[in-house]
Amino acid sequence: MIDWHSLLFWPDQVALSVLALAILVMLFLYAARRPMHGVIHSTCHLVTQSTRFLSRWLFLVAENMRLRNQSVLLSHSQENAATVIEREFERVGNIIRKDMHEFPALQRKLTEEVTRIEEDYRKCGEVPPPPPEWVDAIESVSNLKSGGDVPRKLLEDIGKSIQKIHDKIVSEYRRAYEDRHKILKGMQPSWRSVDKAISEMDKKMLTLQGNAKQIDGHMAKFEGMRAKDAKTENALTSSAFVQLAISALVMVIAMGGAFINYKLIALPMSEMVGASDYIGDNLKTSDVAALVIILMEASMGLFLLESLRITQLFPKIASMDDRMRHRLMLASLIFLIILAAIESSLALMRDMLISDKASLMRDLASVAPAAEDGWFTRIPMAGQMIMGFVLPFALAFVAIPLESTVHSLRTVIGVLLVQTLRGAAFLIRFIGVLFKRIAKVLELVYDIPIVIPVMIEGWVVASRSRPPEIAPATPERPAKKGSAS
Amino acid sequence: MKKLSLICVLFVILMLGACGDSRVHSQAVYMLVDTSGTYAQEIGKATKIINYLLATLNPGDSLAVAKVETRSFTEKDIVAKVTFDKRPSQATLQKRAFKSKIEEFSKEIKGTAFTDITGGLLQGAEYLNETKAGTKTIVIFSDMQEELGKGTIRDFPIKLDGIRIVALNVTKLKTDNADPRIYLDRLARWEERARKAGATDWVMVNDLENNMESILNPR
Repeated sequence: MIDWHSLLFWPDQVALSVLALAILVMLFLYAARRPMHGVIHSTCHLVTQSTRFLSRWLFLVAENMRLRNQSVLLSHSQENAATVIEREFERVGNIIRKDMHEFPALQRKLTEEVTRIEEDYRKCGEVPPPPPEWVDAIESVSNLKSGGDVPRKLLEDIGKSIQKIHDKIVSEYRRAYEDRHKILKGMQPSWRSVDKAISEMDKKMLTLQGNAKQIDGHMAKFEGMRAKDAKTENALTSSAFVQLAISALVMVIAMGGAFINYKLIALPMSEMVGASDYIGDNLKTSDVAALVIILMEASMGLFLLESLRITQLFPKIASMDDRMRHRLMLASLIFLIILAAIESSLALMRDMLISDKASLMRDLASVAPAAEDGWFTRIPMAGQMIMGFVLPFALAFVAIPLESTVHSLRTVIGVLLVQTLRGAAFLIRFIGVLFKRIAKVLELVYDIPIVIPVMIEGWVVASRSRPPEIAPATPERPAKKGSAS
Repeated sequence: MKKLSLICVLFVILMLGACGDSRVHSQAVYMLVDTSGTYAQEIGKATKIINYLLATLNPGDSLAVAKVETRSFTEKDIVAKVTFDKRPSQATLQKRAFKSKIEEFSKEIKGTAFTDITGGLLQGAEYLNETKAGTKTIVIFSDMQEELGKGTIRDFPIKLDGIRIVALNVTKLKTDNADPRIYLDRLARWEERARKAGATDWVMVNDLENNMESILNPR
C-alpha cells in the first residue's frame, strides 16, 4: 500500500500540501506543454500515416485479388461456355448429319413428283376438241337445196358416223380419265408420305432453329465474358454462390449416405482387422478401415465419372486417348462392383454378428431363446445387403457435386476474401481518420489541468503583441463660460 | 491405373500398419471367488457377476476366474482363463465356452476350511501383469475375512501396482453384526493394504442389482 502521507509536503496540513502539489504539477505540465503537444501530434500523425499506408496496401491487394478472381472466374466460365457451345454445335451437326443429308435427294424427288402431278393434272384438265371437219361437212350438206332425201340421208349417215365416232372418242376419253385418276389415286400415299416428310423436316428445322437460338444466347454470354463486362461477372459470381449452395446441399445428403454406409460396415470390419486394434488413442482400426473402404468407393466413382467425361477434375484423365480412357472406365467400374459386393457381404456379416451376440446375451442372462419369427425377420438382413450393394454406386455420383463445389468454392472464397480485405482496409482507414482528429482532442484535454497558466500566457502574449497605445489627447477643456471674458 | 492401384494398396497397408498397441486399450479382469465355509453358497451370485463380465468385456480383453482356498497362490486355483480373440465372432464362441466351464465349476464347488485372499491377490497380480492390459482389475467376491492355515505365511508387503481392486458382496459375519466396528475395521485394513501395495483404486460393491457398472472401469 502506498502511504499517501509520504507524498505530502506537510502531512499535518493536507489541503495545503495538496494545493502545493497541484501547483507544482500544473507548473510542470505547463512547462512540458509544447513537447507534449508535439508528442501527441507526432504519435497521432504516425498512426494516421501508417494506417493510411496499410489501408492503401490492403485496397491494392484486394483489387489485385479481385482482378485475379475475375480472370479465373471468366477463364473458367469461358471454358465452360466453350464446352457448352461445342456440345450445341455437336448436336446441330448430328441433326444435320443424321436428318438433313437426305434433304437434297428428297427435294429432288419432291420436285419430280410435283412436276409429274402438275403434268397429269394438266392432262386431266384437257377437253377433246370437237371435230371441226364434220361440222363443215354438215353445214355444206345442210346448204344443199335439191336432192330430196339425199341430203337427209347423207346427214343421217354423217350423224350416225359422228355419233359412232363421238361415242368411241368419249369412251376413250373416259378411259384416259380413269387411267389418270388411277395414277392420281396411286400417287396419293406417296404424296402423303412426302407431306409427312416435309412436316418432319419442318419440325427438325424448328429444333435446329431452337438450337441456333441457344447457341446465340451462349455466344452472347461468351462475348460478355470476352469483353469482361461487369454484368456478366456479377451474374457468374452469383451463379457460383448458387452452385455452391446447391452442391453443398447435395454433398450433405451424400455424407448422410456415407454415414449409413459407414455404420453398415464398421462392425463387420472388426472381424477382418480386429476389434481391439487402435490407431492413436481413440480411433479404432476397424472404424478407419470402414472409412477407407467408403473413401475408396468414392474415389472409384470419381474416376468412373472422370473417365466418362462427366466431370473434369483431373485434366490428365480428360486428355487421355479414348482407348486408355475406356480401360480406366472399365477398371473403375470393376473395382466399384467388387467393393459393392464386399460391402454387401459385410452387411450380411453384420447381421450375423449382431444376432450371434444377441443370442449370447440371452444365454448369459438365462433367458429363453427367441422364437423363430419366419421369413419377415430376414427382411432387415436383405435390406442391409441391398443397401450395402447400392450405396457405393449412389456414392459414386458425389463426384458431380464435388466438382461443382471445388469450382464454385474458389470463386466464393475469392469474393469473401476481397470483401474482407476491403472491410479491413476501410476499418484501418477509419482508425487513421480518428487518430487524425483525436490529436487535437488530446491536446485540448492536456490543456485542461493547466488552463490557468495558459490563460495567463494568453493575456501576457496579448498584452505584449498589442501595439503601444497612443495616449489619448487630453481634450481641451472648454473654456469656461465667462472666463475668457 | 497401375500406379493408382499401387497407391491405394500402399495407403491401406500404411493405415493398417499404423495400428497402435491394442493392449493399452484392453482390460484384464481376475476374479477371486471365495469358496470357504458358508460363503460357498453365494456361488449363484458369483456366476451372475461372471456372466455380466462376459457380456461386458470386448474382443482382446482377458478374464480369469479363480477360487480362494486354503492356499490360493497357485495356478491350480484358476478355474478358467481366456484372452478373447480380436474377431468378435471368435470372442463370442470363447465366451460360450467360458460360461460352460463356470457352470461346471459351480456344480462341483466344495467349501474349504481356510481363506487365503492374499495368496489369491498375488496370483491375480501375476496373471494380470502377464496380460499387459491397459486396465487391470482384481474382483474379490468374498466376505474379506482372511483365515490362514498353519504354515501359510502372508504377512509381508505385496505389490499391486496399477491394479484396481473391487470387493464384491462383502457380507457381514455374525461377529460383525454384534460389533460393526469389526466389519468396518476389516474393510479399512484391506483398503489400506491395497493402497499401500500400489493399487490404483479400491471399490466396494455390495448392491449387485444396481451397481454392477462400478466393477469395470468405464472406457
